Amino acid sequence: MLAETLGRFLQKRYPVEVRHEISASAIGWSPAHWTELAELGVLGGLVSETAGGFGGSGFDIAAIFEQLGRAMAVEPFLGTLMATRTLATVGGHDGLIGDVLGGASILAFAHEEPASRYDLTDIAAHARRDGDTWLLNGGKAVVAQLEAADDIIVSARIAGARGEQGGIGLFLVKRSAPGVAVEAYPLIDGGRAGELQLVDTPGVLLTDDAHPVLEDVVAAGVVALSWEAVGIMDMIKATTLDYLRTRHQFGVPIGKFQALQHRMATVALEIEQARSAAINAANALQGDRPKRERSVSAAKYTIGRAGTLVAEEAIQLHGGMGMTWELPVSHFAKRLVMIGHQLGDEDHHLARFIRFGQAA
Amino acid sequence: MNLDFTPEEERFRAEVRSFLKAKLPARIADKVRTGKRLQKKDHEEWHAILHERGWLASHWPPEYGGPGWTTAQAHIFDEEVSLAFAPRVVPFGVSMLGPVLIKFGTSAQKQHWLPRILDGTDWWCQGYSEPGAGSDLASLKTSAVRQDDHYLVNGQKTWTTLAQYADMIFCLVRTSTEGKKQAGISFLLIDMKSPGVEVRPIITLEGEHEVNEIFFTDVRVPVENLVGEENMGWTYAKYLLTYERTSEARVGAATASLAFLKEIAQTEKKGGRPLAEDPLFAARIARVEIDLENMKTTNLRVLAGSGSSAAPLELSAMLKIRGTEIRQELASLARIALGPYAQPFVSEALDEGFQGTQIGPDYAGGLAAHYFNERKLSIFAGSNEVQREIITKVSLEL
Repeated sequence: MLAETLGRFLQKRYPVEVRHEISASAIGWSPAHWTELAELGVLGGLVSETAGGFGGSGFDIAAIFEQLGRAMAVEPFLGTLMATRTLATVGGHDGLIGDVLGGASILAFAHEEPASRYDLTDIAAHARRDGDTWLLNGGKAVVAQLEAADDIIVSARIAGARGEQGGIGLFLVKRSAPGVAVEAYPLIDGGRAGELQLVDTPGVLLTDDAHPVLEDVVAAGVVALSWEAVGIMDMIKATTLDYLRTRHQFGVPIGKFQALQHRMATVALEIEQARSAAINAANALQGDRPKRERSVSAAKYTIGRAGTLVAEEAIQLHGGMGMTWELPVSHFAKRLVMIGHQLGDEDHHLARFIRFGQAA
Repeated sequence: MNLDFTPEEERFRAEVRSFLKAKLPARIADKVRTGKRLQKKDHEEWHAILHERGWLASHWPPEYGGPGWTTAQAHIFDEEVSLAFAPRVVPFGVSMLGPVLIKFGTSAQKQHWLPRILDGTDWWCQGYSEPGAGSDLASLKTSAVRQDDHYLVNGQKTWTTLAQYADMIFCLVRTSTEGKKQAGISFLLIDMKSPGVEVRPIITLEGEHEVNEIFFTDVRVPVENLVGEENMGWTYAKYLLTYERTSEARVGAATASLAFLKEIAQTEKKGGRPLAEDPLFAARIARVEIDLENMKTTNLRVLAGSGSSAAPLELSAMLKIRGTEIRQELASLARIALGPYAQPFVSEALDEGFQGTQIGPDYAGGLAAHYFNERKLSIFAGSNEVQREIITKVSLEL
């Protein structure tokens, strides 16, 4: 139901030309569209009922992000998901969650660092107690839609050494707080992100045992990205089939050539495998940790491998036209490939899958 | 066959290295290394430096200005310029039109056009593909109708690389609709400043302006600009395909990309250690390195023209397929090596003189864009599907 409503809204209000405009704009997102989406009630699908939403399960997240993928939306959905899920888990911030769901406040989630390379525990940013508050110092990397945010959730080390699971804190930092510096930039696949620098920046402690929360929130983020990728792949399949049927060379539609038919069949197969991997991850999100982590890493690995294959085949099967800015397919392909760089790449998740399998 | 280079050849390699050290401007090499945009003047400057040394037209016969290298020397030169991050010589005048004129042009045409290619007076682009003639190039429709002392040209070319810089274009045009489509094509030289020529940019998926569409409306081209005989153009185009049969493998470029990738993999960290030590990434590098080593020998076999029962055309198609796949894989691995920093794309940072903040490492800015741009390798210059068709039909005879 929500998926259909969202899908119809995006088809009407977020066609490719509008996506390009928003993506290329100075801020790289659309406050006007965000307000409409909040009014539509979409954001509540990302959050559990107990925290003031009406969704928050793996399949709720899936339904929303699949539609976002089909529209290649660049809006701050991922940060919203991960940040509200954090607040819902630690409790006590229902007011802020309410503001976010109503569209009045935007949140970003800053957990990666320039040298961390997807490792949740490789944190150099640190926090020290200062009276009633905490002061944060350090840098966070490639934070999606950072500039759009009013508040930022930041992971920083309270105790312990880099690489340890204990001693990590999650903090709520106001964008307008002293010591906050943001360097924002466009992304090659659309939208914007930013580097965050904190110098003695005050933050509210959300939890001092952040690792389990981080893992869960990143798992939810991976489910989201996996379904965004599935949505993109379905669009790529449709547009590529159309091209194979209508592009003529050597007197026939190029879709008549068996070599291309078989490659398209492989693309179709890989998309179904990717969808299954995404289903597994959405299903496992509510479950116990080892199963959840293996499913999530299996999904992200699959999306990375299959996604790149589908993206590259889409460009190749379109011939020279696949290389143009003009055709939407090249933008779908770019976003699909770059999803493979968010929240862990193929190799990162393959190694995790192996580790969690050995521990089981 | 002997795969080792002779002492004489190694001395030549040292000579090339020392030339590059002395003459390749650091400013230009740095741009190439960090993936920054080259401007027209950068290419012109490098071409002039090569020409002064007599090394620009490396594949031309000596009587036309070529250095008279052996195939091994040409191979060594290709490798060394790539390793030094020299820009690739723009191929259209030097590597395409030049050899066609040398083989099929009149004395007057050679005397007029060849020096202008060498001294940079004429920047050439190539007018082959059309919207309806990609893989099926022979179905091209741009027409040239003979009217007394000139041809009247009407039609459209597409994917013309760097036409926005070009003074001249060599075009395959249709001069007859009788008989087989290949039999009605001519090779014509057209002045880009002629009335009726219009260039429009095509922006590629990573946002760059590298290729163009060209519209021809009643363009008058002097008959002196017909190369060879009317309706023989397809033969001349096919000659070009076999002329530099190893060029599409671009072994030198691949070797340089691999070296660069290994450097990046040492600098990038995973778990506090160089990415190069991560078993999964090390395996990725090893696989493409093995592929490249194998292809270098395939390349040498084609150059040597011996030691194989395979026909040259088959090996050439294989080199094109595997060479482009290797280069695409190297571009992919460089992108992957960046981790999260593959996503940021500050277009202005790729221009000379950018003073803004650098996001991530200095080599990062253009790598994802480069990966997307390299997807063209398996499409252009005869798609890899067409190349497989050549292997199937010509060599395997299936």
